[in-house]
Amino acid sequence: MSPSPPPIRSFWRTFRRNRMGMVGAVMLILAVLIAVFAPALAPYNPYQPTRVTIDDIYAPPSPAHPFGTDDAGKDVLSSFIYGARVSLIVGFFASFISVVIGGVIGISAGFYGGKLENGLMRFTDIMLVIPDFPLIVLLVALTKPSLLNIIVVIGLLGWTSSARLVRSQTLSVKQRKFVLRARAIGAGNFHIIRRHIFPLVLPLIVVNTVLVISLAVLNESALSFLGLSDPTKISWGQMLNFAFTRGAMSAGAWWALVAPGLGIVWLVLGCTLLGQGLEQVLNPRLETHHLSVGSKMVARMMGMKEKPSEVKAVSGD
Amino acid sequence: MSSIVEVTHLRKLFPVKKGGLFDRQEKFVHAIDDVSFTVERGEVLAVVGESGCGKSTLALTLMGLERPTSGVIQINGQNIATLKGKEIQVVRRHVQMIFQDPYESLNPIMTIADIVAEPLKVHGLVKNKQERQERVIRALEDAGLKPALNFMHRLPQELSGGQRQRVVIAGALVLEPELLIADEPVSMLDVSIRAEILNLLLELRQMRGISIVMITHDLGTVGYVADRIAVMYLGRLVEIGPALQVLQQPHHPYTRALLSVVPVPNPRQRRERVILQGETPNPINLPPGCRFHPRCPVAQPRCQETDPMLQPVAAAHEAACLLLSSG
Repeated sequence: MSPSPPPIRSFWRTFRRNRMGMVGAVMLILAVLIAVFAPALAPYNPYQPTRVTIDDIYAPPSPAHPFGTDDAGKDVLSSFIYGARVSLIVGFFASFISVVIGGVIGISAGFYGGKLENGLMRFTDIMLVIPDFPLIVLLVALTKPSLLNIIVVIGLLGWTSSARLVRSQTLSVKQRKFVLRARAIGAGNFHIIRRHIFPLVLPLIVVNTVLVISLAVLNESALSFLGLSDPTKISWGQMLNFAFTRGAMSAGAWWALVAPGLGIVWLVLGCTLLGQGLEQVLNPRLETHHLSVGSKMVARMMGMKEKPSEVKAVSGD
Repeated sequence: MSSIVEVTHLRKLFPVKKGGLFDRQEKFVHAIDDVSFTVERGEVLAVVGESGCGKSTLALTLMGLERPTSGVIQINGQNIATLKGKEIQVVRRHVQMIFQDPYESLNPIMTIADIVAEPLKVHGLVKNKQERQERVIRALEDAGLKPALNFMHRLPQELSGGQRQRVVIAGALVLEPELLIADEPVSMLDVSIRAEILNLLLELRQMRGISIVMITHDLGTVGYVADRIAVMYLGRLVEIGPALQVLQQPHHPYTRALLSVVPVPNPRQRRERVILQGETPNPINLPPGCRFHPRCPVAQPRCQETDPMLQPVAAAHEAACLLLSSG
């Protein structure tokens, strides 16, 4: 039988009231829409060769080019819109790879325990202490800089935090009595993982995926900025790279830097807000997190006129 | 009449700590130490004892969820300690368990229908949806959740504690087991609901001829449900016999002490209470001789040397105390 709808409906009811999460979701959805409908939205096709005159290079914003033009005389707005595609594709697919690897490692380590857990977690620790970015740069530089390679490399190196998180959640779910009950029924390990462990770890995995997307987007932009991106694909990092190395600063062409920069910030911020919003909704223990002064807490503080630290202790239970 | 469970010389040790580099001696918690008993068909056997005496370990071992260190557990004539894989699945179909905490033993994101149908799916017992639905409804109604259709699509957190415990019972009944192991089935429930659940178990025993092993620490209710009572102390049976006899004529000093502190409805009928001194000894370093002697109100010097065995004191009634043999 399919999982029942009530939990999803009640989740949506709570999530709708979480302003931070909703803002993040809207930001992310907007970015996805822009990427999907890029050909319709962009005034020019940045992949099409264009005839340019000297006046078109680093031309300031004008009605014909709302975001100005870049070093090659191309429309920045169009490149910006098309660039969202690369960031999102890399973000989604790389984080998907990361979370699948992290989930499998985390669940098997947490569930089976013993030597397997020890081995997997030591391996995770080793991967965790290797500085990610230099290794990503190295691997991408050694392989051909194609979109697929970038996705695989970022995905293969970004799973460590998911693995640790999923393992700890698995450990706590495993201890619950309904798992023992499933064993008493005669259920095998695979059945228990599929029906009892995975569904309860899933919310955490979803939250983690959203947060990992922002990491992957940042990594991709950094790679492109260093000139390690697929040269045939326009991306925000690449736009920054070209603007930076081809004299946008000395030409005073701030528009060539601001648009892709803000794009990256927009995406990363959207993912982080959505991820933290989801976390608050799915993990009730985080409701009175020290950084989030929710409306409830403010109301309590006004009513009680006590020191904030005491209020926190009261609302914590 | 053959017995459904036959336990002989069952022993379960848990290693505490591996010996260090120089200290090669491993230490063990003696959770169950040389326990033998039988459960007849259609019988309710209550296992009583204070916390930490090995009652719950006994339940898990009977379920085959813990491997015994040594000894034999025969269920329907098959030793479950030596069975593997598929065979243990078949035995397990006939033995089901009811847990102490109905708030924790149900998966919070599965509907009641899914929870009750799960055992059928695990064992591949039904062919189609309709048959499964029918069996789930029958199990729910047998467990007292009527009409079943009102409950099937709810989630555990929408039910009360007593209703949840009924769901757990329905989940066990759906496999039509011959033996139910109930690990403190009512201790987490409101007093007002306890009798209902206990009556339900007794009804099932009568309707279906199910045998029940009930683990409990509540001596007030055992007389009501149990046919026989087994008293456990520190991993060992100290007394076993017909319920009324054990309650009215306890022979072991530990049983007497336990019974003397059970509240009596009539306040004028004061009895002399035996309050046990001290703590339960550490189950890692057991005292020599009788393991009850450090707290026993009638201990004698010889109790420190000889470990008493169960011996008959009346018909079908046995107790393990040295004082019984010489007067």
